[in-house]
Amino acid sequence: MATSTFVGRSAPSDDKRWRQVDVRMRRLGYRPDGLIEVLHTTQEVFGYLDDDALSYVGESLGVPPSKVYGVATFYSHFTLKPQGLHTCVVCTGTACYINGASALLAAISKELGVQPGATTPDGRVSVLKARCLGACSMAPAVVIDGEVHGHAVPARLVDVLEKL
Amino acid sequence: MSTDGPDGSAPVRHGRQPEPLIPDGPARASANVCQAAGCLSMGSDQLFETLRAAVLARGLHDVAVRRVGCLGLCAAGPLVEVPEQGRLFERVHPGEPKRTEDLVSSLAGETVAGRSVAADPFFSHQVKVVLERCGTVDPERLEDYVATGGYEGLSKALTSMTPEEVIAEVVRSGLRGRGGAGYPTGLMWRTVAKAEAPEGKYVVCNADEGDPGAFMDRSVLESCPQQVLEGMAIAGYAVGAHRGYVYVRAEYPLAVKRLSSAIRQAERDGHLGPEIAGTRFNFQVEVRIGAGAFVCGEETALIASIQGGRGTPKPRPPYPASSGLWGCPTLINNVETFANIPSVISRGGDWLNTIGTERSKGTKVFALTGAVTNTGLIEVPMGLTLRQIVFEIGGGLAEGRKFKAVQTGGPSGGCIPESLLDMAVDYETLAAAGSIMGSGGMIVMDDRTCMVDVAKFFMDFCREESCGKCLPCRVGTEEMYRLLDRVTTGMATRSHLAQLEDLAAMVRATSLCGLGQGAPNPVFSTLRYFRGEYLAHIDDHVCQAGVCPVPAGPPAGATEAALAGTATVSSGGRP
Repeated sequence: MATSTFVGRSAPSDDKRWRQVDVRMRRLGYRPDGLIEVLHTTQEVFGYLDDDALSYVGESLGVPPSKVYGVATFYSHFTLKPQGLHTCVVCTGTACYINGASALLAAISKELGVQPGATTPDGRVSVLKARCLGACSMAPAVVIDGEVHGHAVPARLVDVLEKL
Repeated sequence: MSTDGPDGSAPVRHGRQPEPLIPDGPARASANVCQAAGCLSMGSDQLFETLRAAVLARGLHDVAVRRVGCLGLCAAGPLVEVPEQGRLFERVHPGEPKRTEDLVSSLAGETVAGRSVAADPFFSHQVKVVLERCGTVDPERLEDYVATGGYEGLSKALTSMTPEEVIAEVVRSGLRGRGGAGYPTGLMWRTVAKAEAPEGKYVVCNADEGDPGAFMDRSVLESCPQQVLEGMAIAGYAVGAHRGYVYVRAEYPLAVKRLSSAIRQAERDGHLGPEIAGTRFNFQVEVRIGAGAFVCGEETALIASIQGGRGTPKPRPPYPASSGLWGCPTLINNVETFANIPSVISRGGDWLNTIGTERSKGTKVFALTGAVTNTGLIEVPMGLTLRQIVFEIGGGLAEGRKFKAVQTGGPSGGCIPESLLDMAVDYETLAAAGSIMGSGGMIVMDDRTCMVDVAKFFMDFCREESCGKCLPCRVGTEEMYRLLDRVTTGMATRSHLAQLEDLAAMVRATSLCGLGQGAPNPVFSTLRYFRGEYLAHIDDHVCQAGVCPVPAGPPAGATEAALAGTATVSSGGRP
């Protein structure tokens, strides 16, 4: 692998956040197997992965674009679209499912008109589903902007989301 | 200040936190405040600060206030244990000052309050090996771990045992893999130890706990990460590896943080890194973070993911024990398996061998959740019955509902009905009942749960998580989902049910990896024990639990022929 050929390619823009990505790649020695780690850092910094980010990371690590795109789309943690101002994650693990997670999703879809994985047209709230957050003792659980809300009730949840 | 993972998982605190209060002499009373994910999300970090301030304000110089890992009874968080008094304080919400006041006056010795731990069946049935230090040590203080005998197993192995003696001890313990399959751990170690490795070997800890409703590995990593690291280092010595990886889910930011901090502290104090315990053995551990793919719990997919690629499985053989990471022999064990190792070495394999059943030795950690009163994290000796777990430890069903089934083994497991509740839990009996031990999720279901809908729920999970590499899994899970959807919406006939059973058998027999091979299990087990519910949906258009939207009247897609002869089938009982 020609890992070193592309080292030194300049960042897509003079946005200072690219430095954090560069630091991460340097610490990993620009090794191609560090791809997932670098994509994690890039998404943490920019919120999502756009085409510029994917090609920059790929070229820097010597990983072909097809493989970078393959990895970025294989893992559900990575997103290629910008997220809304707020995020609402509905846990759909088994304990939440038997305690009514689907009623929560139905209420959100009805009242906010948005399906899991999408953002409201005004870009305000992104609704996501999680496999299991491990907050099973508070099922059904919802995470709004990083804060866990246990024993969620559809009407109250919609109310909270509308007031965000 | 707090940040949350992009998937919205529980927030992780950064920056300096107030130090625990530890008296100079022996503590008369200690408040051990749970800092595991469940209690943290109910504000136990704020509670710690409030308690600390209250104890300081009252000048209680012989009272300790400490942060500890999971105390187990997650349903009643935030939890504080006062071990000197044998009391557990439940629901100490920082927003309810009365609860905190009661606790402080109890710490001061003025009153006696809280739940008595000794007499409580939730605690008295448990035997703690893996969770020995969960809830007693501060997960972010290496000195706590060392003070309770931590790293004694590693130094004993390095200074007084040969690698073969370490393996013999693990074989003698009878320990089997806790990730689900139950392969004898000692045999796997021996295979890796014997493998030729001109370019080195690796030890990998599988912490990609993907089963929905399971949080055992997360709790262990959040409560006592050092114990897992010690187990990995012992494994490294035994098989001749000098590098280890812990592959953790991205959904567990707190576990990643505590694990990373534990690695730094262990390296600083010479428990990891070069020349461990003054010997020539060196061992380094790195954390790799997953990115949300359930299939990466499968060992060959996990290896592909650590190497930076798409997590798709490969046909075995070759097994990772001979050709794993970068083609080198690789030992892969689960978090709970590694957490058992320090005790096996320091107390001897015979000690663990005395716990458990004939063929399943030791204990098993379960995440007990669902429609049960005491949800939480438990560790029981192998061989306890399901009834004891659900009705004594779990305290029976919440709201006095009627028991219907208990689901074990996640999307590859099965549902066990009431008639089998007196079954002793071990690898073989669970397999005979059509389920699996799995990693340890145990979800209790009451009469408001529809078993067809449960099968559909797990199939929905599997079709979304199928990596798409092999056809039986990629297409089969999708088709089985559609057939189940037909049943739940009243569009199915008996021929659809027969089709479902054929397809399930085919997917089980022909899929490449455990995800596809296990995907039909929820269908098989619900059909085995709850066939009547399927038939009620198909023939009578009745969902007894009231969950499925089955319309009244004959199904739109049904033919007269398919509906013929259904009148004699009762909708409730088993066929």
